[in-house]
Amino acid sequence: MKPIMLLKTLPLVSTILLLGCSDLGVKPWERDLLAQDDMSIISEPLESGLNDHIYFSKEASSGGQGFGGGGCGCN
Amino acid sequence: MAVTKKSNQDFKQLLASASCALFAGNTLAVEVQEDWKYDAATLIYVEGDSRVTAIEPVISATKTYDSETKLNIKVAGDTLTGASPNGATPSDAVQTYTGPSGNGSYTTPANEQPLDDTFKDTRVSAAVNWVAPLNRDWSYGTGGYISSEHDYLSLGVNGSLSRYFNQKNTTLSFGLALASDTISPVGGTPEGLTVMSAYTGDDDDDDDDDGGDDDEDDDESSESKNGVDVIFGVTQVINRKTIMQFNYGISSASGYNTDPYKILSVIDDSSGTNYGGNYQIDGSNVYLYEKRPESRVKQSIYWQTKYQLDNNDILNLSYRYMFDDWGVTSHTVDFKYRFRFEKQYFEPQVRWYKQSKADFYQRYLTSSNYQTEDYASSDYRLGDLDTITLGLRYGYQFEDNTEFYTRFSVYQQTNTGDQGFGKLVSQELYPDTTATMLTLGYKF
Repeated sequence: MKPIMLLKTLPLVSTILLLGCSDLGVKPWERDLLAQDDMSIISEPLESGLNDHIYFSKEASSGGQGFGGGGCGCN
Repeated sequence: MAVTKKSNQDFKQLLASASCALFAGNTLAVEVQEDWKYDAATLIYVEGDSRVTAIEPVISATKTYDSETKLNIKVAGDTLTGASPNGATPSDAVQTYTGPSGNGSYTTPANEQPLDDTFKDTRVSAAVNWVAPLNRDWSYGTGGYISSEHDYLSLGVNGSLSRYFNQKNTTLSFGLALASDTISPVGGTPEGLTVMSAYTGDDDDDDDDDGGDDDEDDDESSESKNGVDVIFGVTQVINRKTIMQFNYGISSASGYNTDPYKILSVIDDSSGTNYGGNYQIDGSNVYLYEKRPESRVKQSIYWQTKYQLDNNDILNLSYRYMFDDWGVTSHTVDFKYRFRFEKQYFEPQVRWYKQSKADFYQRYLTSSNYQTEDYASSDYRLGDLDTITLGLRYGYQFEDNTEFYTRFSVYQQTNTGDQGFGKLVSQELYPDTTATMLTLGYKF
């Protein structure tokens, strides 16, 4: 898929997702579990950082969850 | 109604802090306290067969101003020693290579993996990130980093913008990161796809290779590489126990993408007694410096879900599909399950990764094609590759809210590919690599 094509379809995809997502979710008083540290999307940022660094230096892929790692001469 | 004043306050905090942290390095803690919180750890990484050993201490300090406003500073060190594959193929004869500095040499015994044992490095890096709300519906983040090695300097800045919808159940995010790297290879930048000189380092100004606009090839030159990363993300609260994230990322690296220390063997493919052996000119094996395209655009699609079970355990599953214009595609599945007890947790982890090779990846060149290739690399990291990680993390939370944790993991890489011809067939061209990792950390 060409990057430009993806960029063009992105607003459409986002709109569909937003509409689709409007039925999902919780009320503010139902956030007790989601508010726990362990439930945040990146709950162990230090571990994620160390792992990203290892994988960046051993594999051809990086990033995805966040920016693509890098910043070193290890790959 | 059983909603007390205290729990109302809790709600405010919880509501604010449960919004989603999108980008690495930014965490949201539940407690709203204007204190610094620290997370310090050391990773020890050891590869089998006396290859690379790395020790990486890191400390992260986070100051929370309010539930959504945070400053994070992270400093890391990194010491690597050991030997790394230089890209050549093993051979039935002793092989001698010019060292990276151009003035020494190292040898590989017959039938052994060619490793560059001059491999040593120390890296220091520091990063600062800031996240804060703009108003009720918008927040932003900004940051920068510096990472320095004796032959590599990387500088970067990043920014992100998030918009909340549906009572903060949906977060749309956009992030942009710019990086500028300077590469100063020891002994200068070798010109890609030229013959590595047999002994001393004064390299050729000669022939072959068409239209390489790698800089000039003489000592003390440095090269540059610029990166632009863009991420679009949607984080969605599904229900009280489930949160999900989708990201699309595109990343461009332009400039010197080559590894200046990697070489390729040239294998003799003319029929005769040396068929499948190292191709020689004037009695010396021919090795070429690798060369990669000066531009690379990677794209990734990422999905992650966290789900809390009725027994409070947490399941964390992610999948990434990545593809780039070098022909690499990859799939990554990462699964973690956190068994949570009152004061402690255990978290087993399995990560599976599979990649297909880059178009220009070749385990070796041959005497008939080595002068006609535009790009070539035998770096196993660009080959067909499967890896698996098995890990276990354990954490213990003390009364004073501090936590000790440790993680042990085993990482196994398996390369596959063309098995060669003639004499080369009896050589192990794709040895497996196994690494063990131990992290010890403390949050306070």
